[in-house]
Amino acid sequence: MSYGSIEAIKERCKREGIEFWKAVQMEDCSERAVSEESSWKEMTRMWQIMCENVDTYEPERISRSGLVGKEGGLMEEYQKKGDTLCGDFMAKVMTVALKMGCNNACMKRIIAAPTAGACGVLPAVLVPFFKEYEVPEEKMVEAMYVAAGVGQVIANRAFLAGAAGGCQAEIGSGSAMAAAAICHVKGADAETMGHAAAMALKNLMGLVCDPVAGLVEVPCVKRNVGGAVNALAAADMALAGITSRIPVDQVIDAMREVGEKMDVTLRETGAGGVAASITGVEIAERIIQTD
Amino acid sequence: MEVYGIIVADIQTCFVNLKRKERYSSMASIFDILGPVMVGPSSSHTAGADRIGLIGRQLLGRQPQKATIYLHGSFAATGEGHGTDRAIVAGLLGMKPDDMRIPDSFRIAKEEGLDFTIQKKDIRGAHPNTVQMLLEADGADSLDIQACSIGGGRIVVSKLDGIEVNFNAESNTLIVHNQDQPGHVAQVANILSQKNINIATMQLFRDKRGGYAVMVIETDQIIPDSAISWLENLDGIIKVTFLNVSGAEDE
Repeated sequence: MSYGSIEAIKERCKREGIEFWKAVQMEDCSERAVSEESSWKEMTRMWQIMCENVDTYEPERISRSGLVGKEGGLMEEYQKKGDTLCGDFMAKVMTVALKMGCNNACMKRIIAAPTAGACGVLPAVLVPFFKEYEVPEEKMVEAMYVAAGVGQVIANRAFLAGAAGGCQAEIGSGSAMAAAAICHVKGADAETMGHAAAMALKNLMGLVCDPVAGLVEVPCVKRNVGGAVNALAAADMALAGITSRIPVDQVIDAMREVGEKMDVTLRETGAGGVAASITGVEIAERIIQTD
Repeated sequence: MEVYGIIVADIQTCFVNLKRKERYSSMASIFDILGPVMVGPSSSHTAGADRIGLIGRQLLGRQPQKATIYLHGSFAATGEGHGTDRAIVAGLLGMKPDDMRIPDSFRIAKEEGLDFTIQKKDIRGAHPNTVQMLLEADGADSLDIQACSIGGGRIVVSKLDGIEVNFNAESNTLIVHNQDQPGHVAQVANILSQKNINIATMQLFRDKRGGYAVMVIETDQIIPDSAISWLENLDGIIKVTFLNVSGAEDE
């Protein structure tokens, strides 16, 4: 049985003297009846595809609705000028988040992590760090296990789909996964990763899913930036020794409660939030007319 | 269930559902969390739509030359923006959900001689992400298939040649179309038993008593071609299809 709580993963780490990522891998091996080698190979493949996907971005390609596509290129140009408010590394993170969001909208290959709409958060947090600091690839593959482990607990205790729990379940979960993963890359222990995930998820709690015209474009592409920047901020807080007063499993439970209370118009129906704004409705009508 | 030598009487009543109670829990594998690897933008509207096309192609037994595609509900409303139309056609051409050629599938269909039309249709009571396809190819029986995309790239086939069915095409699946008369379930069970093939789940459907019936049988092993052609030649058996998901390609 896969892990039902972060606490269960931490307990196992303590009991068996293993790292967080290893506990996730061992569970995967017993769950799918595969060898550690085969599980590792598959995760390495996922990591490599994730890196490749970032490079397939084309700044001139726009989505069929015409709403998104150029954002990744604009951000990259701006980052290269070297005068950003958030600093060079964060600008690179934002660039990757936008590129992946655009890639998804423009029918390029992505890895749903945990969903297609939130596919930019994890690569934005991991890939620029990998390139910038020349981390060994194994460390990044381990971080992928950490992310998957956190996502699995969220899937088991709450939900990962916008239709079920709003954007907090997609971008919020992706952000929590990425926060824990980057903490692993920085050499943090399971406790710290838990705090990072908890803080990332808390900061995005209540985020609604309100796609204009029902498309995974507005506001989804830019929300990947929000999720990635938030993940790094939460990870930095945890690495600084700041703890989440609410244990991570209870934060996940709270996210579920919030999602269940969320009105259906705010859960991927395209009937609330910015989708129901005057401009949102105009865009939707225009798209239907040209259909 | 094991079916060694059991004489299966005519249990072919409508909707007898012998589905083995497996632990279909919501617990997801870590590669469901990080994955699927897919062409965007939507696991249900793009990746799932592609899989429906793929399954249609596999059930037809070859690449269709003509396809009439009907989109229902959310597929009709937001399908074009999500590339649902391109993804279905890509699936019919044999492209998997991570195939980068999916956005170009319309052009590739033209090159490969697949003539298709896409229309909107309100299908009463159907899941919002439903598509119906009429598929034709020389040398194959035509196929009328209805399927829905239920999220995360997973699909359910809900109708075959007008008969309501319910299977997800994630396991090896044997589909037998037959006349609703005694003995056909026993024939199928016997040949599978002879070939030492274990049945994982089994479902029976029919349009009316004595009418047209469909068996959907999920198996743990691959069914050899010899068993399939033996079944095809039996009186009262109209069509036999085997969906092999254990690795090998459909051709």
